[in-house]
Amino acid sequence: MGDIQFEIDGQTVTAVPGMTVLEVARKHGIYIPTLCHHEKLEPFGGCRLCIVEVEDRGWTKYVVSCVFPAAGGIIVRTRSEKVDRLRKTILELLMAHAPDAPQLVELAKVYGADPNRYESDPSFCIHCGLCVRYCAEVARKNAIGFVDRGINKEISFVPEIAAQYCNDCKECFPLCPTSYLQAAFVYAQAMTFPGAGHN
Amino acid sequence: MARLETPEALESFRQEILSRRDPDSPCVSICAGAGCVASGADEVIAAFEKEIEAKGLSATVSTKGTGCPGFCEQGPVVVIYPEEICYLQVQAKDVPEIVAQTIENKQVVERLCFKDPATGERAVKESDIPFYRSQQRTVLCNNIKIDSKRIEDYLALGGYAALAKALGQMTDLEVLEEVKKSNIRGRGGAGFPAGRKWEGSRNAKEPIKYVIVNADEGDPGAFMDRALLEGNPHSILEGLILGGYAVGAHEGYFYVRQEYPLAVKNIHLAIQQAEHYGLLGENILGSGFDFKVIVHQGAGAFVCGESTALMTSLEGKAGEPRPKYVRSNVKGLWERPSVLNNVETWANIPLIIDKGADWFTSVGTDSSKGTKIFSLVGKITNTGLVEVPMGMTLREIIYDIGGGIPNNKKFKAVQTGGPSGGCIPEHLLDLQVGFDELTKAGSMMGSGGMIVMDEDTCMVDVARYFIAFLTDESCGKCVPCREGLRQMHRILTNITKGKGKQGDIELLEELAETAVEASLCALGKSAPNPFLSTLKYFREEYEAHINDKKCPALACKELINFYIDPDRCTGCGTCRKQCPADAINGDKNLIHIIDQDKCTRCGTCFEVCPPKFASVVKLSGEPVPDPVPEEARTIRKKTKEKG
Repeated sequence: MGDIQFEIDGQTVTAVPGMTVLEVARKHGIYIPTLCHHEKLEPFGGCRLCIVEVEDRGWTKYVVSCVFPAAGGIIVRTRSEKVDRLRKTILELLMAHAPDAPQLVELAKVYGADPNRYESDPSFCIHCGLCVRYCAEVARKNAIGFVDRGINKEISFVPEIAAQYCNDCKECFPLCPTSYLQAAFVYAQAMTFPGAGHN
Repeated sequence: MARLETPEALESFRQEILSRRDPDSPCVSICAGAGCVASGADEVIAAFEKEIEAKGLSATVSTKGTGCPGFCEQGPVVVIYPEEICYLQVQAKDVPEIVAQTIENKQVVERLCFKDPATGERAVKESDIPFYRSQQRTVLCNNIKIDSKRIEDYLALGGYAALAKALGQMTDLEVLEEVKKSNIRGRGGAGFPAGRKWEGSRNAKEPIKYVIVNADEGDPGAFMDRALLEGNPHSILEGLILGGYAVGAHEGYFYVRQEYPLAVKNIHLAIQQAEHYGLLGENILGSGFDFKVIVHQGAGAFVCGESTALMTSLEGKAGEPRPKYVRSNVKGLWERPSVLNNVETWANIPLIIDKGADWFTSVGTDSSKGTKIFSLVGKITNTGLVEVPMGMTLREIIYDIGGGIPNNKKFKAVQTGGPSGGCIPEHLLDLQVGFDELTKAGSMMGSGGMIVMDEDTCMVDVARYFIAFLTDESCGKCVPCREGLRQMHRILTNITKGKGKQGDIELLEELAETAVEASLCALGKSAPNPFLSTLKYFREEYEAHINDKKCPALACKELINFYIDPDRCTGCGTCRKQCPADAINGDKNLIHIIDQDKCTRCGTCFEVCPPKFASVVKLSGEPVPDPVPEEARTIRKKTKEKG
């Protein structure tokens, strides 16, 4: 199959069919911020931070680059006044939960996000799902999952599985952007499987 | 009766059913829809059966519980054929009189007929009632004629003739072309042309395809789909089979919300009956076309009405939307081409195939063809389901059919399109109802919810209510929806409590933009509509709440005070006795006073104060006058003025 050619921030880039705009951008060294994306995992499209402006046959739309398929002739702008504004709001919304998460603090500087814009509700988890998906897709243990829905949604370890595998794995720990996962693990361990895995 | 092997066999079976029925013998149809059952329809049905039996009329008079004909406000609804005499608000105690008068003596029981509140005239036939007169009921009209548990009733009215026509005389491509030509747009909300959606699936490379009924109706106050599912399930099933034939699918799904147990039951029964007669299953009507249908019960999450979330849920996973830019009709259920249409859309398909696309397009506006069923609720005289041609104005729906606003109140707005629709103000009442027309006005068609609001409704509070609903129903996967709605709800709640700040409107606008542009699915993208439309048309109410701490509609509890007008108070004590907070001080012949510190603003005093005194008043944004000094509180008895 032939290569696809399109434009990102004025630069002509090439892709093979099936690639996402984010993948193409990364391949060409063009930076697009992400929070819930991980190369080893299926795209999730949850944080919406990788939103970009796409001009396609005269129409401008806003799409998330982690799942938007590369297509010939499109013009992608990774920064624009509106893209920056949307990212700023997303960051501010997340910082109401995790004001000191290093990744968020760093991105907040770029987009001028104010961590105190919205009423704070420090719950720390930003629901990026990296731990849940890593455990399911890479570690294949499903020791951690999401429970409940909407604003009540949270991550939760499955004690039976976690007691057996987590102490030896912990591969999801460094993926967590807010360190909430470690806290959740320690809490789950203390409450449901104390002593398991202690050497 | 065995399987029907050919379209001709279906036709002769239909004739046989009709020949067994004497069109002149009386038939009593009683609505057994949810609304009428709630007002006692089951007892009415039982009373009719008992009375007809007792009078020895069972051989000549039939009784049936039917689907919902829509006039829920006046239920239980009874229609007596062949004269089509319509009785409203029938109770079991009325039954002996109806049987004796109407069935035995062909006399109308006038008191049970609809009485026009304006003219006092009685309407005997259903079609004479103003509520029905201005409607155009092509989809709903059969509900009152069908016992939804009997396929024979559907067949008697021409059911499955469209399927026989399609399989016997049309190629699958011709069926698709007819649907495309009809320009029917999806009745579930977005209004995407159904034919184009079907074509996309048909042309997709993957050979295994699916057709799905979206019966996850979750809008508060909406029950169009429910009425059809419960009242005429075969019409939806027939539409689905036709869709399967047109796109080349051999498997169909009903995704029904679990909260509709009767609908689930009736669909299961309809599938069994259709299979029994060879209208479903292998080699349908001898055509070589195979099609099977599976019913799936959803667990009642509003978001599961969204196409990708519905399909994820059908696959057995948590009902969360998928972040894909490939349409479901190409990559849907199990990554295969899947046509998802709403209940009402499917119910229209047999009519289009039977009567032709030209018949369908003869009704409606340029861009919205056919009729649409709305569920008309809220501050409206005639609550119920209405089916009208697209292009009818909101004013005609609300005043001619709905009978206007009760209690001499003033119309304020109508919310269309369900929780994520918008509020349309009075100056747009002449707007023609259609997909594009409603979108242009900042609202949407949605599945057809229509909530009428009167002058006592606070529009900021309305926005808060719907955003609260959507915050609860968000799946929580993406940030703009989960977090954005949470913050919008907080800010709106603060405003209605008088804690609004300068800059709140701008902050809400920013959150709304983020949700609209950056949310993963349609729930989040449309969620800010209630806020955006109320801001657009009722901005002054937001400003009054924020700047003057005033609720102009006198509805927001934290922003109102109750006050007893000393000139009107007669010291009757009604309010004092019923005040749950003991906040009212007074006695016989003493002007009553509300202790503002104790008052919980429950409004009981306002409600119980006899209308002839109307001495309790609501105040907002103005200081409560000082209580009457003790020495001036005694009420001197006035001599009765007689006229």
